Amino acid sequence: MRAPFVLQTAIRLFEELGEVGLLAARTFQSIFRRRWERGMLVRQLEEIGVRSLPVVALTAAFGGLVFGLQTYIGFNRYIGPGSEGYAGPIISLGLSKELIPILVGVMVSGRVGSAMAAQIGTMKITEQIDALHSLGADPVRYLVAPRMIAGVSMVPCLTLLGDVIGMAAGYLYIVVLMGVNGQIYVQNVMLYLELWDVATGLIKAAVFGGVITLIGCWQGLKTRGGAEGVGRATTRTVVIASISILLLNFFLSKALPASLTLK
Amino acid sequence: MIKIAGLYKSFGTTPVLRGVDLDVRRGETMVVIGQSGSGKSVLIKHLIGLLRPDRGEIYVDGTAISRLRGEALQKVTRKFGLLFQGAALFDSLTVGQNVRFGLERYTTLSREEMDAVVADCLAKVGLRGVERLMPHELSGGMRKRVGLARAIAYSPEVMLYDEPSTGIDPIRADAINDLINVMKTDLKVTSIVITHDMVSSYKVADRIAMLHEGRIIQIGTPREIQASRNPVVQQFIRGEAEGPIKIF
Repeated sequence: MRAPFVLQTAIRLFEELGEVGLLAARTFQSIFRRRWERGMLVRQLEEIGVRSLPVVALTAAFGGLVFGLQTYIGFNRYIGPGSEGYAGPIISLGLSKELIPILVGVMVSGRVGSAMAAQIGTMKITEQIDALHSLGADPVRYLVAPRMIAGVSMVPCLTLLGDVIGMAAGYLYIVVLMGVNGQIYVQNVMLYLELWDVATGLIKAAVFGGVITLIGCWQGLKTRGGAEGVGRATTRTVVIASISILLLNFFLSKALPASLTLK
Repeated sequence: MIKIAGLYKSFGTTPVLRGVDLDVRRGETMVVIGQSGSGKSVLIKHLIGLLRPDRGEIYVDGTAISRLRGEALQKVTRKFGLLFQGAALFDSLTVGQNVRFGLERYTTLSREEMDAVVADCLAKVGLRGVERLMPHELSGGMRKRVGLARAIAYSPEVMLYDEPSTGIDPIRADAINDLINVMKTDLKVTSIVITHDMVSSYKVADRIAMLHEGRIIQIGTPREIQASRNPVVQQFIRGEAEGPIKIF
């Protein structure tokens, strides 16, 4: 007798969680116990970090501009003309803690996570993963561990850059375009924005980097069925990684303290 | 040197190997023939731990390998060189880096020594000066030969050839047959060749084993196989559509 659909789905979900957990454990074991594949690591640092710069810069700039625009309207409409100088801390806080880590995470999952799934998936169906085994290279150590190190280190770097660009774009809109007093704007930012706010975003980004890498590699390694299978792995990576980022963001926002300042 | 005892393997509900027994002696070339999809590639993937049997055991120099993992398994796989059916070259590495790959992991040679081995192995398969090319710049036959150069680079004790003549012209295929024979006579390498090319089989084999419906149904020298009274073997070696093997 076939198990009911809900039960089958639940079993499959737990199986997949188990697969991801196992891959994560093997990846961390490779990172901490063995010599790193330096050539592959450098290539991945470049792929994830350097090559994502343009898309992250563009996204952060327009994210900052639109956030500035809406915050300006909000202050102007609900608190009154002249209060727009207080938009600075709101923009900086919102960007650094929430918007930029999410934007960078989603962009990287689309650009890099999908590429990882496609590349590793193609290696799987063309027997290159088997060739790694036969030539004495552990695929997790050779393929997954360098990507994990690069993802966990480069996504926070991209996020930090995004923070700077986003905040500059917010300043540009409110101060330069809308003529609000720049000194008040900056003073308020310095007064209310804590280093911890930026750090919170960076911690989230590191988690997102790890999750994107893990999902991309996991989907790549379980690819089956030729070009169609590679396409499916790519799509699933972007969908699962993007949803995971949004869910994790909420729980991390809840779990991480809002401020480190003692009250 | 290699003993396969009662090997069973299924994928889902489809049985592929149903009790394979095979002994390969040190220094001999064993050719395994059989229809496409008969499980020949599955069989050799068990030898280097890429697949694990559902039942049965594989012994390499007396060591049971089916439960080995990690470094213990790597010690055994170091003895094997595998030429993949589609070459399986690493797309992101140059030809030279592909051939060096096993050397970097299995040997302690210096960079200069590795360069010399790479050039020598590429020359053996009839390719010179291609170290800097990427795999996508090569023809199918060239890729196959680079795959062979990569497999022999670290001087394995056992060479596994998965369809070595598929996808290359008859002259190049014969050159690879010669190379398989040179590996046996000069370097005393044990070889297992998976093929359905009977011309190659007769040229390189010391013994031929026929895999059919998940079992080895006959083993013998090329002459014994040619003289076989088994109608399945006869149909296969003659390449006839009519006979006990139903293709439709």
